Amino acid sequence: MKNLILSKERFEHFISLLAKKHNVMGPVHKGYDNFSFQPIKTAAEMTLKYVPTIIPPKKYFMPQYESFLEYDKTWGENMKAVVESEALVLFGVHTCDIAGIKALNIVFSDRPRDYNYLSRKKDVTIMGLECNEYCDEFASCAMMNNHLPDGGYDLFFTDLGDFFFVEVSTLKGDVIVEEIPVFEEALGRHFKELQGLRARKAKTFTNEVGIEYQHVPKILSDTKESLIWNELGDKCLACGNCTNVCPTCYCFNIWDEVNLDLKTGKRVRMWDSCQNEGYAKVAGGESFREERSARQKHRFFKKFKYMVDRYARFFCTGCGRCSRTCMAQINLKETLKKLKEEYAR
Amino acid sequence: MKIQLKDSLYTLVRGKVLRTRQLTELEKLFEIALPEGQSLDHEPGQFVQVSIFGVGEAPISICSSPTKRDSFELAIRKVGRLTRALHELEPGDEVGIRGPYGKGFPVTLMEGNDIMIVGGGIGIVPLRSLINYIIDNRRDFGKVDILLGCKTPKDMLFGDEVETWQKRVDVNFSCTVDRADPDWKGNIGLITSLIPGVNLDPNRTFAAVVGPPVMYKYVIQELRKKQIPDRQILVSLERHMKCGLGKCGHCQIEHFYCCQDGPVFSFDQIKDLEGAI
Repeated sequence: MKNLILSKERFEHFISLLAKKHNVMGPVHKGYDNFSFQPIKTAAEMTLKYVPTIIPPKKYFMPQYESFLEYDKTWGENMKAVVESEALVLFGVHTCDIAGIKALNIVFSDRPRDYNYLSRKKDVTIMGLECNEYCDEFASCAMMNNHLPDGGYDLFFTDLGDFFFVEVSTLKGDVIVEEIPVFEEALGRHFKELQGLRARKAKTFTNEVGIEYQHVPKILSDTKESLIWNELGDKCLACGNCTNVCPTCYCFNIWDEVNLDLKTGKRVRMWDSCQNEGYAKVAGGESFREERSARQKHRFFKKFKYMVDRYARFFCTGCGRCSRTCMAQINLKETLKKLKEEYAR
Repeated sequence: MKIQLKDSLYTLVRGKVLRTRQLTELEKLFEIALPEGQSLDHEPGQFVQVSIFGVGEAPISICSSPTKRDSFELAIRKVGRLTRALHELEPGDEVGIRGPYGKGFPVTLMEGNDIMIVGGGIGIVPLRSLINYIIDNRRDFGKVDILLGCKTPKDMLFGDEVETWQKRVDVNFSCTVDRADPDWKGNIGLITSLIPGVNLDPNRTFAAVVGPPVMYKYVIQELRKKQIPDRQILVSLERHMKCGLGKCGHCQIEHFYCCQDGPVFSFDQIKDLEGAI
């Protein structure tokens, strides 16, 4: 493994050169506590100390809206399977969101493989950025063990005051550090500073939910009948915000859009939400999760149990977006705490 | 940049409608052939995604037996936008087909065993594929009981075919309706009322159950009273699969995707799952 450092004075230069050669997306402040991944040209446009962006970087892997088939009414020969993709560099991705991308990778590369997702995945370069401090009270990355870098990126940046410590994790990342010669070799004292930060983080990033994440599936299975689910159902507005902002929610709906000539058109897919009433409805009119409580329960179980059973991986990254965005103040950490108390009784 | 994908799983083949037949006021049967004599090569219980560009796509179960290789049949109830458009199709028209998808009935495992088929209402559609498969390979199976139920006699799909099953010496057939009309001479009552009368050896019986969602619980109760082991009770679950590829999430039942892991499950796979039945 190769480790480098990038001095802060050279950081601006690095981003400018990077943006000359590549399409760079970075975290941009959008007022109040809102941040968003946006195209950037200079370091000044970015805010590197940010709470998770409104929409996670999953938008570059599975766009909110995408057309995957184009057709002509004389369609046999004229139907085309298409994908829209361009080479991107994502700069400043937090470890929670990298965990989200890793989860999505599993879903879409599980057979039968989704080539629309996979061709975009191939085009993205990921440059991670370590969180030195807990972003806010909604995050639970320490509980989910996603607060430290753990692969899934090409380069990983850690801010250590007057320099960035840079881990080169893939050849793709190495090509970039080689073509932009602003990096220096990491020396013993740099490693020491990194270890110092990690030691400080071990104290501040604590699991305040008080549950070992490995136990969550059992806690959920044992509280299936809890009234806590009804309380969530009573609060929930079924708006679908929580699933839209979730870095691992990947459900989508499919429909056709006809062009004005009525002969050509496209088949598209768009993010869907298990919180919508019609989501689990079948042709006869029966809905398998008619109650909001059942739909909220489905969301929690999907993150902490169903996907663990299927893919041996938790689908909650601890980013806290669902709680941060919920208009009805449904809080993931609080809910888990309550379930744990009930389980203990 | 937009590029053309050559491996997309959403690409369709053009199926040609060979024949159509109105089954009831709402249901119509379509016989469809794939290009160049290609066989669909499905298992009984599997489904295909059927499309009309500009209208949409929906999962439809295949109702013909795989032993019929030149074409396949779909019985489609007119309930929504796409199915209304499908009902307008005439012989010679084309529809988009992808699939077959999912796990069908495990016919190889079922060989040598007695088979009990329990179909309610439109559940006969996927079961017809299994029944005709068994009839075409009749020697490979033990005793066969077919139990069918529907609301009223005029709702019975495939009436003429049902009559031929009824007449066969190698099949035990019974049928019931919820509400009779004056000409009806058969049983009246729910499908569950037919099960106690069946003479069976539970250890060598596979039961295949398909019907409206509300039916399963009660039928399975009766089958368990007969001591049929849970892993030999096979059910086909209805969900609205949008992608058919285990991705879109609409058909998820706990850790299963109905479109890939089902739609046919054994009862022991799903009995403890939230919202399965």
